[in-house]
Amino acid sequence: MEALKQVTGIAAPMMRINIDTDQIIPALFLGGTDAKGYGKNLFHGSRYLVDGSNNPEFILNQAPYTKAQVLLADRNFGCGSSRERAPKALREFGFRAIVAPSFGGIFFNNCYRNGIVPVELPIECVREIVAEVEASKGEGQVTVDLEAQTVKSPSGKTYPFTAPATLRQMLLNGVDEISLTLAKMTEIDAFRSKDRAARPWAY
Amino acid sequence: ADLLQIDRLVLHELSGSQAVRALAEAGRVPMSRTQVYTVIEHLISTLPGRGPTDSVSKSGPIMIETTRRASLDWGFHFIDYNDPRQGIAHVVAPEMGIAFPGATLVCCDSHTSTVGGVGALSWGIGATEAEHVLATQALAQSRPKRMRVNFTGKLAPNVYAKDMVLALIGQIGAQGGIGYATEFAGPVIANLPIEGRLTVCNMSIEFSCKYGFVPPDDVTFEYLAGRQFSPKGAMWDAAVKHWRTLRTDEGAVFDREVTVDCNTLVPQVTWGISPQQVTSIDGRVPDPADAADSEARQLGERALGYMQLEAGASLIGLPIDVAYIGSCTNARLSDLRAAAAVLKGKKVKAGIQAVCIPGSTPVKHAAEAEGLDVIFKEAGFEWHESACGFCGHIGDNRFANLRVISTTNRNFEGRQGPLTRTHLASPATVAASAIAGAIADVRKT
Ligand code: SF4
Repeated sequence: MEALKQVTGIAAPMMRINIDTDQIIPALFLGGTDAKGYGKNLFHGSRYLVDGSNNPEFILNQAPYTKAQVLLADRNFGCGSSRERAPKALREFGFRAIVAPSFGGIFFNNCYRNGIVPVELPIECVREIVAEVEASKGEGQVTVDLEAQTVKSPSGKTYPFTAPATLRQMLLNGVDEISLTLAKMTEIDAFRSKDRAARPWAY
Repeated sequence: ADLLQIDRLVLHELSGSQAVRALAEAGRVPMSRTQVYTVIEHLISTLPGRGPTDSVSKSGPIMIETTRRASLDWGFHFIDYNDPRQGIAHVVAPEMGIAFPGATLVCCDSHTSTVGGVGALSWGIGATEAEHVLATQALAQSRPKRMRVNFTGKLAPNVYAKDMVLALIGQIGAQGGIGYATEFAGPVIANLPIEGRLTVCNMSIEFSCKYGFVPPDDVTFEYLAGRQFSPKGAMWDAAVKHWRTLRTDEGAVFDREVTVDCNTLVPQVTWGISPQQVTSIDGRVPDPADAADSEARQLGERALGYMQLEAGASLIGLPIDVAYIGSCTNARLSDLRAAAAVLKGKKVKAGIQAVCIPGSTPVKHAAEAEGLDVIFKEAGFEWHESACGFCGHIGDNRFANLRVISTTNRNFEGRQGPLTRTHLASPATVAASAIAGAIADVRKT
C-alpha cells in the first residue's frame, strides 16, 4: 500500500454537500479488472462537455487547480456507491488528501487503502481554509500532516484533527494490511474453532 | 478498530472481479472458500435468451469471465447467469439463506445492508477490503454509533416500506446516518414481512448509514426455515435458539433515536438529485429559497436545474418518459404483486417505456407461476431476465435525457444515464404513474 506522511500543495474547493461516488466516477467508467486507469474519468459529468472537450467552468480544469493535491469539500463527501474506483480516480488525478466535515463511510475506508487521507474538520474550519485559498486565487498551499494530525492553511493557521488509529498507522507506514492480519493467524484460528463449535451454521 | 470474523463474503462481477484478480496477482489464496458466494448479476444482460457474457457494458464480458473463472477455480459457491437461483446478490442472499441472523456479511456493494432485514450485520466494502476478506476471512471495522428508528402507528393502504424509508431520509437528511449502525424498530417494522424489511434496510446507505438491520423474530425464522443454505434439523433448532438471543436489551441506550409516524404517512416521491429531496406524492417542488441552510439551498437549486423543474410545481401530473420496476430495493415478489394489482386490466400510457426486471430468477419464476408476467405484458411492460439492469448506467443510453419514475434507490445525477432525471417511488406508485403517463397518486387509481 502507498504510504503518506504529509502533503503540501494546491487545494481545490468543491463546496457542495452530498457529492456522491457516482459523480466522482460514473458507473459507465468502472469497466475492467485493472487497478488503474480511472483518473481520466474523474468527475466525468462535470469535467467534460458533451463533445468530450474540457468544461472550462469546472474547477479542476482551471489553473492552478489542475495540479491540486488537496480537495476541500462539504458534508457527506463520497456518499453512495462503494466503488473503490472513486478514490482510485482521485489518487490518479493527484489528490492525496480530502478535507471535509464528513464522509461516506465506505469511501472513507477506501481512501486510506488508496494513498489518500480523508480528514474530518468542522465546516467552519473548512470554510476558513477555502476563504484563504480563494483569496490567494488558489496559489496558497495547504498542508495535511497525517503524522502530526494537523491541517495548515496558506496563512499558517493550524487545525488539529483525529484520524482512526489503525488506518493512520497503515497509511503512515504503507503497510500491507493483509500481511498484518495474516500475522495474527494463530489468534484467528483459535477464535474460529471456538466460534465454529458455537455457531456451526456460519461455516 | 476491531478485527471481525466475516461469516459470509458475497462477490459479484463488478467489483468482485477486481478483488479476485488482485488476490491472485499477490500470489495469495482464499482462506475459507465455503464462506464465499459469487453471483453474476451486475453487468449481465437482462434480455431473454442472454448468453454467458452478454452485457451492455463494454468491459462486462471480461469482468464476468474473470469472476466466473476465479469462483470456479477456487471452489466458491457459484451462482451463474443461467442458474435458477440467480439474481441480484442482495435479493438472492436472503432468498437462499446465505444471510442469517447475527451473520457478519460483506459484499462490494453499498446496498449490502439490505440483508440486515433478516437480522444480519451486513455492510458494503471496497474491493481492497474484499481482497483482505478473501485472504483472511476477517476485516477490521471501527465500532459505529447506535441509532434506532421507530416506525410508529399503522400503514395506510397503498403506503409501503419504500415510502417509510423515503420519509425517514427526508426527515433526517442524506447525511443523517454517518458513523451509525441503525436498528429499525417499532410496531410497523414488527408487522412488516421480511421483504418490506429488506426494502427499508436497503436504503440505509441513502442516509449514509453503512449498517441497517431489524432484530430477528419469528417472522425472520419462518422466512429462513428450509432455505437452501439455512441450517437443517438439530442445527436449525440450535441456530434459532441462538438467534432468539439477538434481541435488543430492554432499556438499551442509543446515541440517537428517531421516530417516524406512519399514521400520517402517504406515498412518497423524490423530486431532486439526493434521496433527501423527497415529498409526499401530493406535495410540490420546494422553493430553494425556503431551505434550512445555504447548503440545502444550493443543493435545491442544482436539483431544479438538473431535474428541469420549477419551484412550486405539483409532482402529480408531471409527465414521465419511463416507468422502471427493478433493483435490490423493490423487485421482490410482493413488489411485483403490488404493481400488478395496479396494472391489472389497464394499459401503460402510449409513448411511455415501461420495464420490469425481477430481482431474482426465483422471483421471476414465482411471478410467472401466478400469472403476473401476463398482467405486466398485457399492460405494456417489458418483462426481463433478472439482474441489476437499468438501476445504474453501465453502457445502455436508453434512458438518456429522459424522466424516469423508478423503484430503485438512487436519484443521483447521471445514475440511470446521461442527464436522466430519476424520481424514486414505490412499485405501486410507479405502476400508477405508468398508466397515467405522469407521476400519479396510487390512492386515486
Ligand atoms: S440493483 Fe442497483 S443498487 Fe442494487 S446492487 Fe444492483 S446496481 Fe446496486
